Amino acid sequence: MPGLELFGLGFLDSITSQYGYRVVTNNIGYFLGGAWYTVFITAISLAIGMVLGLFAGLGKLTSNKFLYYLSTAYIDFFRGTPLFVQIFLLYFGVLPMIYDNDPVSSAIIALGLNSGAYIGEIVRAGIQAVDVGQMEAARSLGMNHRQAMTYVILPQAFKIVIPPLINEFIALLKDSSLVSAISVAELMHRGDLVFANTYQAWVFGAVAVIYFIMTKTISVIGDHVERRLATD
Amino acid sequence: MIRVVNLHKSFGHLHVLRGVNFSVAPSEVVCVIGPSGSGKSTLLRCINQLEKADSGHIYIDNEELTHPKTDINKIRQQVGMVFQLFNLFPHKTTLENITLAPIKIKGVDKAAAEELAMELLRKVGLTDKAHVYPNKLSGGQKQRVAIARALAMQPKVMLFDEPTSALDPEMVGEVLAVMQDLALEGMTMVVVTHEMGFAREVGDRVVFMDEGVIMEEGTPEEIFNNPRNPRTRAFLSKVL
Repeated sequence: MPGLELFGLGFLDSITSQYGYRVVTNNIGYFLGGAWYTVFITAISLAIGMVLGLFAGLGKLTSNKFLYYLSTAYIDFFRGTPLFVQIFLLYFGVLPMIYDNDPVSSAIIALGLNSGAYIGEIVRAGIQAVDVGQMEAARSLGMNHRQAMTYVILPQAFKIVIPPLINEFIALLKDSSLVSAISVAELMHRGDLVFANTYQAWVFGAVAVIYFIMTKTISVIGDHVERRLATD
Repeated sequence: MIRVVNLHKSFGHLHVLRGVNFSVAPSEVVCVIGPSGSGKSTLLRCINQLEKADSGHIYIDNEELTHPKTDINKIRQQVGMVFQLFNLFPHKTTLENITLAPIKIKGVDKAAAEELAMELLRKVGLTDKAHVYPNKLSGGQKQRVAIARALAMQPKVMLFDEPTSALDPEMVGEVLAVMQDLALEGMTMVVVTHEMGFAREVGDRVVFMDEGVIMEEGTPEEIFNNPRNPRTRAFLSKVL
């Protein structure tokens, strides 16, 4: 944009130049493709994380010592070490010993295991937040432990865990940007590639906006679900 | 109907039940009174195994609950329990609260379960509340629904754990009235209560507990008009 020098704002040239925002418009399809990848990876990781989290959460509450320690060790490790490190460790170290791993499946496994640990804690806290009287009432009617869990405790815990679960969904979607480091062609990775060719910071502005649209969508859906489950 | 033999229960260092012997005949209404911490609620909770006794034996209909091979879920289906804090299922409507256990555990079909539920709601005077959630009910209404929910399993015995203690005073009467009807129908009932009027009028027998043992038991007249144990006298002089 000519004339900015006059106001001592010449340094803005690089991001306001015509070419600057064109980097975004020229690559928008490429970025949206990356966003789709992000959604895909996040969704599958989330599904894995939910299943692992349910078991890990129940495992932390069981009287079975083996399952308790297994769940605790799993949650401790994946919550206690950086996701970035876990991605590298799994991609370069652990998974190659198991199968001929590729970046995408490795990314999904890493994100799934990581989110499972957090969801496990959410599930545990959610179940514990249900009043003990609910379990007693269910048992006093003759339900066994599993029936009481299925019909009485878990439906109530589900409602309690929705807000923290939505938090976890959003965190997971954003954290999926870390798998760009093992060259999964998701949104952040594509932004990185375009930036490397153009040095236009516009790229990251566009990437941020696209991430925001995706996370906002999740929180709107979450609010909707919360409202629908309200009993009053 | 119920027989409790030398029951002991401790919570950590606290020895709550110190050898309780107790029995209830069919259609009998037994009211258990006593100061807080005397073990009345613990006794009731042991009878349907919400608490595991440390030692002693409990029999319901000559079946030993405390035997390790006994299917406690089967027995609990025959023993209804009403809690101080109602413990209705907040995610279910009144009707669903009542039909849940019959449908899921007994395998009663939905229509039959709902029919029975409506009949029970008529009995407790709440047919108009069938489709509302518990958070829309008053305390007295919640407790009446809780009674209907327990009755829906068609139990042989009903246990009441201070059913009116969490209620506003003006709602106590409606719950006691439902319980009185139930007693008149011949239900076997064990009622832990602070409602001395109810114990006197409805109880066939009154049991006074203190310090983890049964100090005195007898007919309401004996206990209220002529208590022999000094503890009973001291307690009654405070509450009457």
